[in-house]
Amino acid sequence: MNAHLQPTGSAYFIDKETQAVESHTLSVLVTNEPGVLARVIGLFSGRGYNIESLTVSETEHEAHLSRITIVTRGTPHVLEQIKAQLERIVPVHRVVDLTVRAVDLGSDRPVERELALIKVAGSGEARVEALRLAEAFRAKVIDATVGHFIFEITGKPSKIDQFIAIMKPMGLIEVCRTGIAALNRGPQGM
Amino acid sequence: MTGKDTQNDGKMTGAEIVLRALKDNGVEHVFGYPGGAVLPIYDEIFQQDDIQHILVRHEQGAGHAAEGYARSTGKPGVMLVTSGPGATNAVTPLQDALMDSIPLVCLSGQVPTTLIGSDAFQECDTVGITRPCTKHNWLVKDVNDLAATIHEAFRIATTGRPGPVVVDIPKDVQFATGTYTPPAATQPKGNYKPKMQGDLERIRAAVELMAGARRPVIYSGGGVVNSGPEASQLLRELVELTGFPITSTLMGLGSYPASGKNWLGMLGMHGTYEANMAMHDCDVMVCIGARFDDRITGRLNAFSPNSKKIHIDIDPSSINKTVRVDVPILGDVGRVLEDMVRLWRATANKADKSHLNDWWENITRWRARNSLAYRPNDDVIMPQYAIQRLYEKTKHLDTYITTEVGQHQMWAAQFYGFEKPNRWMTSGGLGTMGYGLPAALGAQIAHPESLVIDIAGDASVQMTMQEMSSAVQYNAPIKIFILNNQYMGMVRQWQQLLHGNRLSNSYTEAMPDFVLMAQAFGAHGIRCEKPGDLDDAIQEMIDVKKPVLFDCRVANLANCFPMIPSGKAHNEMLLPDEATDEAVANAIDAKGRQLV
Repeated sequence: MNAHLQPTGSAYFIDKETQAVESHTLSVLVTNEPGVLARVIGLFSGRGYNIESLTVSETEHEAHLSRITIVTRGTPHVLEQIKAQLERIVPVHRVVDLTVRAVDLGSDRPVERELALIKVAGSGEARVEALRLAEAFRAKVIDATVGHFIFEITGKPSKIDQFIAIMKPMGLIEVCRTGIAALNRGPQGM
Repeated sequence: MTGKDTQNDGKMTGAEIVLRALKDNGVEHVFGYPGGAVLPIYDEIFQQDDIQHILVRHEQGAGHAAEGYARSTGKPGVMLVTSGPGATNAVTPLQDALMDSIPLVCLSGQVPTTLIGSDAFQECDTVGITRPCTKHNWLVKDVNDLAATIHEAFRIATTGRPGPVVVDIPKDVQFATGTYTPPAATQPKGNYKPKMQGDLERIRAAVELMAGARRPVIYSGGGVVNSGPEASQLLRELVELTGFPITSTLMGLGSYPASGKNWLGMLGMHGTYEANMAMHDCDVMVCIGARFDDRITGRLNAFSPNSKKIHIDIDPSSINKTVRVDVPILGDVGRVLEDMVRLWRATANKADKSHLNDWWENITRWRARNSLAYRPNDDVIMPQYAIQRLYEKTKHLDTYITTEVGQHQMWAAQFYGFEKPNRWMTSGGLGTMGYGLPAALGAQIAHPESLVIDIAGDASVQMTMQEMSSAVQYNAPIKIFILNNQYMGMVRQWQQLLHGNRLSNSYTEAMPDFVLMAQAFGAHGIRCEKPGDLDDAIQEMIDVKKPVLFDCRVANLANCFPMIPSGKAHNEMLLPDEATDEAVANAIDAKGRQLV
């Protein structure tokens, strides 16, 4: 969104931030109470941080816990600050930078998956081609008429980007994506 | 429905629960203003004597008064406002308390739950509006949650890094009957648990670094005051043991006494030359309960370039936020200082401080530069002189000082010597003009026998002047000492520095007559125009047992020096004797002009 605006924390950073910008996936465990998502999002907008993807759902019903997965971009310094700021929010239980954790665990990224629903309309050659490509991407047809398909596809965000790109000339109508769900590999929890 | 009837079966109305919860949290004073959505609570206030309600004239005044009350006592301040405009007027003090880490509990009325979201009369999304300017906030929709929520609000406001909280209570919840749970029987919810004890290994590393320092400096802040009087005592002990020089932020003044021999004065944009030079040239910096604010650091890439930095703070997000530190210590300042002092004592060879001699010689040279100097004048009262005389006439008394925001605030910080913590209340982070008068009211309510003085500017004081009426109502003999130069002095100073001396809207052409104004409020007015009359006039102000508006006419064009111009480093200060018109006009380059 506004990746070119490096959040600096102070007007007195005249020098350009020299660290490289990285994309990190954060897992935020919060009490499932009204307004908690607004607190998290308000923090990002209020302090000028980026949100590239956001996924929220209750994950532990008895304990009233929701898990928010946020993909954000920033320099390591800014990412560290984002984590610390999130931890200040009272209903936030834990924040784990899954990307940092993945490196500690010996892999380069956490497991990240996204689901997308993609509507394609067309007839004749394009329609056949769309179905053939969907099969190649292991996308499922979940709704269809003689004039359209809705495909369901799961995978890494890059795979979904690619699938959407090649569906464009096939009569792409609309796309709905869930945002990224992520866990780290191995037996341990966050 | 009366209180007695409902108590019989263990049930209370929401309004009764509010009063009971306040009482059980040790509240004695509430600053507030009634309105439709809080009438049930006001009805309960009417029927009890344990808690005194102080009626203000504007909700902003209630908030700042509660802040002054909190800052001068170490207890949480409490404000009570109605829905809609009552809540929106509370936003400024809430943000002020957030930035200065003041424990402030704001109770607000809300339209009945059935009307929420319908654009009802005096409805606003209070929790939405106050979310970014509170530490936490709640909308209570069930009367049975009310007591626990208020207890939780007090716990969150006062523990960890203190801050403001809002409890929004719809009117039907105030009328509904429910069960009261006392604080002890209320389980803290969630995961909130501030880390109090510092990591011993880190503290040991810090002590080692300090022991090897040749050019050390201690830089303390408002966190020391917030941690309680023991923290200030431990800070003094640490300074005594180590022999280190110490400077402080605006918010931390008083933790170490201004008369102490290791005191360098305040640091930062309008700090002393010796404090800023020591920060710039030090080899070990011990930052205690301060947050490397931009007013302190100046240009970041030139901030104390050759030092190892130790940072003690209770808030993890303060660590490495703007300045990278070498030894971060997370914890309560008081607890960490206790360990630090103990470890320092346990390490041998500390009596000899001769390795600091060269450093102290440097500091003596910087001190000799006399960076707070100003040109005395026999005909006109210099603002610095006015503060000096005020200090001399009041230093032996039990005095609390508040300020507004601007030049007078900086002069007060530079020229009034603070010997104890909790004696100095000023809006540091948010810089709220209009803070000082209501804050003085709050401090005076907490300390009815003490001398409470608001060192004010003529512009700031007009922002919350209406609270003079509250002061008169409650016989709170606050003294409003106005340095009247007819300008928004700090705005004008920046226009001279940055905008070619074009004084756009910084001159007040229609100044009220403050003496007549005092009389109109039923207070006492004093005007002083000559340096020779000043001492007697100040004595009169002290002696009058009434609120006083003191119109001190000072030199109109005096500016506040020394100054680190925007975008400059600590060792590029503009000193008073070098601040010619030309130097002022050229002090800030194009890059620096964009900064605040």
